[in-house]
Amino acid sequence: MTNVIETNKLTRKFNGFTAVDSVNLQIKEGELFGLLGPNGAGKTTTLSMLSTILKPTSGTAEVNGFDVDTQQDEVRNSIGIVFQDPSLDDELTAYENLDFHGMIYGMPADERKQRIKEVIELVDLSEKINMQVKKFSGGMKRRLEIARGLIHHPKVLFLDEPTLGLDPQTRRNIWDHIIEMNKSEKVTVVLTTHYMEEADSLCERVAVIDHGKIIALDTPEKLKHSIGGDIISLEADPGLLPHLKKIKNIKKIKNMNGEMNISAEDAEHVIPIIFDIAQKNKLEIHSISLRHPTLEDVFLQLTGKSIREEKAGVLDRFRTRIRSRNR
Amino acid sequence: MNKQISGIYILWKREVIRFFRAKSRVIGTLGMPFFFLLILGSGFGPAYQAQSGGGNYMDLLTPGIIGMVLLFSSIFSGIRVLMDREFGFLKEIMVAPISRTSIMLGITLGGMTTSTIQAILFLGVSLLVGVHLNLYGLPAALLFMFLISASFVALGIAIASKMEDMHGFQLITNFLIMPLFLLSGALFPLENLGAWQFITFLDPLTYGVDGLRVTLTNAPGMPLWLDFTVLAGFCVVCILTGAFLFSQRE
Repeated sequence: MTNVIETNKLTRKFNGFTAVDSVNLQIKEGELFGLLGPNGAGKTTTLSMLSTILKPTSGTAEVNGFDVDTQQDEVRNSIGIVFQDPSLDDELTAYENLDFHGMIYGMPADERKQRIKEVIELVDLSEKINMQVKKFSGGMKRRLEIARGLIHHPKVLFLDEPTLGLDPQTRRNIWDHIIEMNKSEKVTVVLTTHYMEEADSLCERVAVIDHGKIIALDTPEKLKHSIGGDIISLEADPGLLPHLKKIKNIKKIKNMNGEMNISAEDAEHVIPIIFDIAQKNKLEIHSISLRHPTLEDVFLQLTGKSIREEKAGVLDRFRTRIRSRNR
Repeated sequence: MNKQISGIYILWKREVIRFFRAKSRVIGTLGMPFFFLLILGSGFGPAYQAQSGGGNYMDLLTPGIIGMVLLFSSIFSGIRVLMDREFGFLKEIMVAPISRTSIMLGITLGGMTTSTIQAILFLGVSLLVGVHLNLYGLPAALLFMFLISASFVALGIAIASKMEDMHGFQLITNFLIMPLFLLSGALFPLENLGAWQFITFLDPLTYGVDGLRVTLTNAPGMPLWLDFTVLAGFCVVCILTGAFLFSQRE
């Protein structure tokens, strides 16, 4: 598979502050790729550079073989973008918003008409097509924006925090639509998110970004695997400890007053073994629980902090308020 | 090239759709000029008649109010770019593969159209209340309307490109729009200003109002070629400035 996006030491500074720091990325054709990181990590700035909204301070990036700095129009023609904040004209109907997009991208009339029908069906909004967008719910607006981003047959679709501010049910619905259009349109999707579950259940590969640098890049499975498998919490007779150390799949044991935190691979099959040993040696088990690592654990291990710890600044809170007002 | 034109066209169309969508707005925009005409017209009418020796103040006022309608609605439709930024739609426009100049031209043409429609609607209303207008002068008056509105939409875009948000809006109304309006001779004959009259020649709207008054009421005024030349020059400067400042924004 060929790469549709390649960056080389892509960097952006704002008045001396480095928002994106020498980022090297290769994104393959047809991939559903995620940029995961806390607020202010540089996700949106990276996306803005790839979509020619911001110019890189240094380094290069190619999208569909076009340079984002010197071939802006070619890049813009070949990409679709869904911004973090809503960007529809509320006064216009869904159809008019889509038609506006098709025209400003220079599509001929009959192709435009046909394509609007296709994309509106893809996001299940056919029945609302002549409704003014100001009567739409937040989730419907998002879906319409995704449809709009697809009209001009882009090779890459950028989604900046596609489910920010939406309720869990709507979020899942948007995920389904993203997966579906990734498959049926064969479009490469690059999304940013600070939701762990979103990156995990949606993306084929995830780049974890913090302070403008990519600190890990792999499939969600492998990323989670990298921190040493599943976690078994065990409350039992301390006499069990020497026996546990002999089990092959157990990588690490942390013992705190009879409460053991065990890192193990293939933990589902380790638990019966632990019970067998306990029974044979007549040792008591008080409680046992199994937890699969999440990307949250990965982020915690890599940075020493939790993604959710990041306090929203005044500006972020204000943005959220504006956003909820507009939705 | 084709792409630029279809982009300009759809930007124009959006302005027109939005204008006609809100019926209340169409009526609302006619309210203020109508009250200006009726209240100022009847309040100052007798005094003007006495001073000018039998002149009809409503006839003098109407082209002035048309100028006012054009000035206000044009600058506001230029400044509405700020609203588009606030509500996110500007991003959708900015990432499209058309040039900034085309975007600016599309918005200008759209604002020009909606402002001129408002001016024509008001002109119709003024005929209904009995103002005497020379309708043969309408084609020439239309030309002046286009020039006035194009200039001030472009000026509005230029200002909006330099503003961060709507906070400076009051400032612009008070220190730009009102002086432009009051010094243009829209409300009274400029000779009345006496020694101050020279300032009015610095106001581009003076030439617009004069052009409208001469074409629509056959009133004596400056030569039309002068009105046209000054206004056309101002229009070109505004469009170039607007296009430049608008394309400067990242």
